[in-house]
Amino acid sequence: MQYFYILEFLYRKERMTSKDEISELKDEILELKTLLKQKEKRLKELINSSENCPYSTQLSCQEISRYSRHMLIPQIGMKGQIAMKQSSVLIIGLGGLGCPAALYLAAAGIGTITFVDYDEVEITNFNRQILHAEDNINVSKVESACDMLQANSNTLQNLFDKNKYDVVLDGSDNVATRYLLNDMCVLNQVPLVSGSALQMEGQLTVYNFEDGPCYRCLFPIPPPPDTVTNCGDGGVLGAVTGVIGALQALETIKILTKADNVMSGRLLIFDASSTTFLNVKLRKKQETCDVCGLKPKITQLIDYEQFCGSKAHDKVIDINILTEVENICVKELATLEKESVIIDVRPKIEYEICKLPNTINIPYTYFKDNKNSEDITKTLLSFRSKTSRVFFICRRGNDSQRTEASMLILSLLILHFPFTEKKTPEIEQDRDCL
Amino acid sequence: MAKLPITLQFNGGAELLFDNKKLHNVELISEHREWTIGKLLIWIKENLLKERPELFLQDESVRPGILVLVNDVDWELMDTVNYKIQPSDRIVFISTLHGG
Repeated sequence: MQYFYILEFLYRKERMTSKDEISELKDEILELKTLLKQKEKRLKELINSSENCPYSTQLSCQEISRYSRHMLIPQIGMKGQIAMKQSSVLIIGLGGLGCPAALYLAAAGIGTITFVDYDEVEITNFNRQILHAEDNINVSKVESACDMLQANSNTLQNLFDKNKYDVVLDGSDNVATRYLLNDMCVLNQVPLVSGSALQMEGQLTVYNFEDGPCYRCLFPIPPPPDTVTNCGDGGVLGAVTGVIGALQALETIKILTKADNVMSGRLLIFDASSTTFLNVKLRKKQETCDVCGLKPKITQLIDYEQFCGSKAHDKVIDINILTEVENICVKELATLEKESVIIDVRPKIEYEICKLPNTINIPYTYFKDNKNSEDITKTLLSFRSKTSRVFFICRRGNDSQRTEASMLILSLLILHFPFTEKKTPEIEQDRDCL
Repeated sequence: MAKLPITLQFNGGAELLFDNKKLHNVELISEHREWTIGKLLIWIKENLLKERPELFLQDESVRPGILVLVNDVDWELMDTVNYKIQPSDRIVFISTLHGG
């Protein structure tokens, strides 16, 4: 017995020491980084101030070398490079699309790039959001991107009141923001380079450019909210957002350098599973359009969350359709586990990532389909000899509640389970681990 | 009865309503009538759609957020539901993506 205590004491001591050392190291690294940043900034200032080119009034010697491989392209040349230097681009969303687009635009020598993102860096971002460093978790994405691009960050307010943008790049992740940006760009007469991606597919087009359509010309009515899948639920491949983000940077450069054949009035559909691009012709600007048509109904920004019936972010909103007594926390569930049947209602793909022992996977979609009710009844009846308790569990505690609610509607099942105490556990701590 | 072979394609997540299959080579039977996309939508609902038609159709057209392309051209330029389908046409139904 005593031996055990000693072991545990040593273990705890060890853990404390390493914990102290971790926080000490973190502080020290932070201090060194701040110092490094200051020195780098000063060095950049010194280099930039001492290199005026005697042969060019608009580009420095360093700029001419740095952008030479662009300036050698006939379609860009000196003229295009100067146009890029004098331009201002607004990037909305520093996610999978915004990160590669920002990298290429910064590298191309765009004069001013403004970033907008309300979110902070999370571990789930790193598969595709290549601007964010791992030690920037919980740091604002704007700050994290400025860090990586060695840019100065200033806080901006009233974006369009005091600033003139040549191009807006949409790398947002929700329908409401897409309509907002469209209207904002139409009202301010700025082209909008729009990209989107999900799983193994991506789409690209330019709205509000010359006689091409705007987003509302194509989609006057927003999609029903339950038809929209976000990256947090569907997943998205980093290389796919990389392709689309890089193409958005390309279209931006083409607009700024006044190149031909901008992706306006056309839609590029990228299917990564077959590595095919479909380039299709779209309608022109619509005379009946609510914002860019002949008689626009929208002459100032509206409430876009209300218009779309969905929030201006891609986070999943927790639902609450069961009463408190019908819910149970996962820790409490652990104490009851042996005498209960636990049905995990997540999709098979999520169940395969991680699961609790002694659980059965029956996806929510199976419950949802009325034609399976007989099968479900049979399955549940087969547990009857083992238990009087059935629990539903899922990733966020939403689908498990929905499943339970649908079971309550099937009164047949309730009759077969007179003693069933249905409860819905939530995996609180694992909420974002998938 | 004459046959009208066409290719149907579903992208952007719309394929999930069709057994997760993107490409469908189908033969419509013409019976002296002309096939329009409007008629095709009803045919798709009755013959191909596996689940939840409201996620694909609305008021005798496609639901908002789905773009229809006829041989790589927006159906708005082809008279939408009234377009007369020709042999070997490729008709693509694409659900717009919003993630980023």
